[in-house]
Amino acid sequence: MAERRIDVNYLARVEGEGALRVTLVDDQVTEVQLNIFEPPRFFEAFLRGRGYQEVVDIVSRICGICPVAYQMSAVHALEHALGVTPPPGVRALRRLLYLGEWIESHGLHVYMLHAPDFLGYESAISMAANPALRPLVERGLRTKKIGNQLMTVIGGREVHPVSVCVGGFYRGPRPGELQALIPELEWALEAAVETVRWAATLDYPAFTPDYEFVSLSHSDEYPFNEGRIVSSTGLDIPMEAYEQYFVEEQVAHSNALHSRRADTGANYLVGPLARLNLNFDRLSPRAQAVAREIGLRLPLKNPFMSLLARALELVHCFEEALQIVAGYVEPQPSRTLVPAGFPAGQGAHATEAPRGLLYHRYEVDEHGLIALAKIVPPTSQNLRRVELDLWEYVPGLLSLPLEAATLRCEQLVRSYDPCISCATHFLKLDLIRV
Amino acid sequence: MPPSTLILGVGNDYCGDDAVGLTVARRVQARVTAPVAVREATGEGAALIDAWQGVENVYLIDAVYSGGEPGTIYRFEAQTTTLPGKFFHYSTHAFSVAEAIELARALGQLPPHLVVYGIEGRNFSAGVGLSPEIDNAAAEVLSRLLREVENHA
Repeated sequence: MAERRIDVNYLARVEGEGALRVTLVDDQVTEVQLNIFEPPRFFEAFLRGRGYQEVVDIVSRICGICPVAYQMSAVHALEHALGVTPPPGVRALRRLLYLGEWIESHGLHVYMLHAPDFLGYESAISMAANPALRPLVERGLRTKKIGNQLMTVIGGREVHPVSVCVGGFYRGPRPGELQALIPELEWALEAAVETVRWAATLDYPAFTPDYEFVSLSHSDEYPFNEGRIVSSTGLDIPMEAYEQYFVEEQVAHSNALHSRRADTGANYLVGPLARLNLNFDRLSPRAQAVAREIGLRLPLKNPFMSLLARALELVHCFEEALQIVAGYVEPQPSRTLVPAGFPAGQGAHATEAPRGLLYHRYEVDEHGLIALAKIVPPTSQNLRRVELDLWEYVPGLLSLPLEAATLRCEQLVRSYDPCISCATHFLKLDLIRV
Repeated sequence: MPPSTLILGVGNDYCGDDAVGLTVARRVQARVTAPVAVREATGEGAALIDAWQGVENVYLIDAVYSGGEPGTIYRFEAQTTTLPGKFFHYSTHAFSVAEAIELARALGQLPPHLVVYGIEGRNFSAGVGLSPEIDNAAAEVLSRLLREVENHA
């Protein structure tokens, strides 16, 4: 009996701490484990007993990359629970804030974290040392900076923004503050189109698992804060029915929970590939045009090609951001005050974080204190799907030297842009060949 | 016009000793007499590179989690020293202080003079307040930093 093992003790270029171990006996995969050793963080427990207005700033702290996602799912769920409707203009401004976060997150992943895998570099830093690739790294940095600027203008700072509240915003940006960003947004739109053309020339490993894609879907918008939950197998439910159709389970090897369909038992995929495949006709016109120009064929099932999906979403982000900024009128008032004497209630809501569907549910008591909080992040929904991908992908790597096989496994995991800190309640790779 | 000297405190107020860079920056602001700018940062890389654009002298203070003795003070001149990759690993940004400095070096965007003070932390769990030995190290970094800044000015 020959055992071989792929071990990655510490996964690089992912957010948080985790490891990967793949064991093969006589060239058959016998075990795949994504070990999330980042400690559990217990956010759901320490939200209990907090005032409803504190939740938005606490959940923001779950992640340094996608704080807005946590704020958006929370604020909508709490507004359902409290029966509050924000004033006109808040909806568009929340979308713009979310676009800023997608730009920061996708900008970082496409150029800094994922590109080195396809160009044969250890990192964006080593890419930057090559004069031929330096402009690409500079483009990434400038793209990320524009996301930071959008977040700062709307949210007060580039990470963990402080302006969002139940009912709207504590303060909306002045129109001039947003209009000042137009020249950079215009540059960024053209740069993002160029990046899609570049991404289309990359050499992607051939690998197309049979995914069930799950995302929000809205009748006339690319999904951010509103819509129904749909899947590629025909599921179409209101977001408040999420827990009837999706369940979380403990697994021994991970501090993160795993998710599956409650009814069919199927593991599923959330994130850029799912969104793109289920909502392509609602991407912005330039994003659709450049997708056609590069000959994109849907559904896109190759996880490595999520880089292309993120690049297309970046085009969308800049085009829509320009549109919102051009039509921006400062919301007056900036928020609806929550009326006193509300009854106890509960609210559930899902939004599209950069990494996919993010579901929150809260119960609020008659004093406005949180009685229950449930948070299901996108990375934990995808974790089992990553393991299933590796079961399928590793047997094709057996002719490679161990080091090359290990690198391919890491690349596959990075394609998911896993956010380990978010998922813990996660990564390091062991490929074991027995 | 950007200031000629910038003190950049990096950290997170809500993760124990990770707040030490912010604490030092706040104490510098209260004490410094030389004309310097003091800024607080979360450690997100692109924002750091943006913050030091056009600045001559930058002093960056951050917590370190390298397995050393808590309270140990490290000082690097970024022009002459490559920062150890895992040194400022404690970040939820995937692209943080060490990466920002090395990327800026590769892109020719390092300030002419960048000094990095690192303070080895003990406790990075959720909660507010520095461990006693980290607070002592913060006081030591403050006096060294003030001396360095005033002499440079």
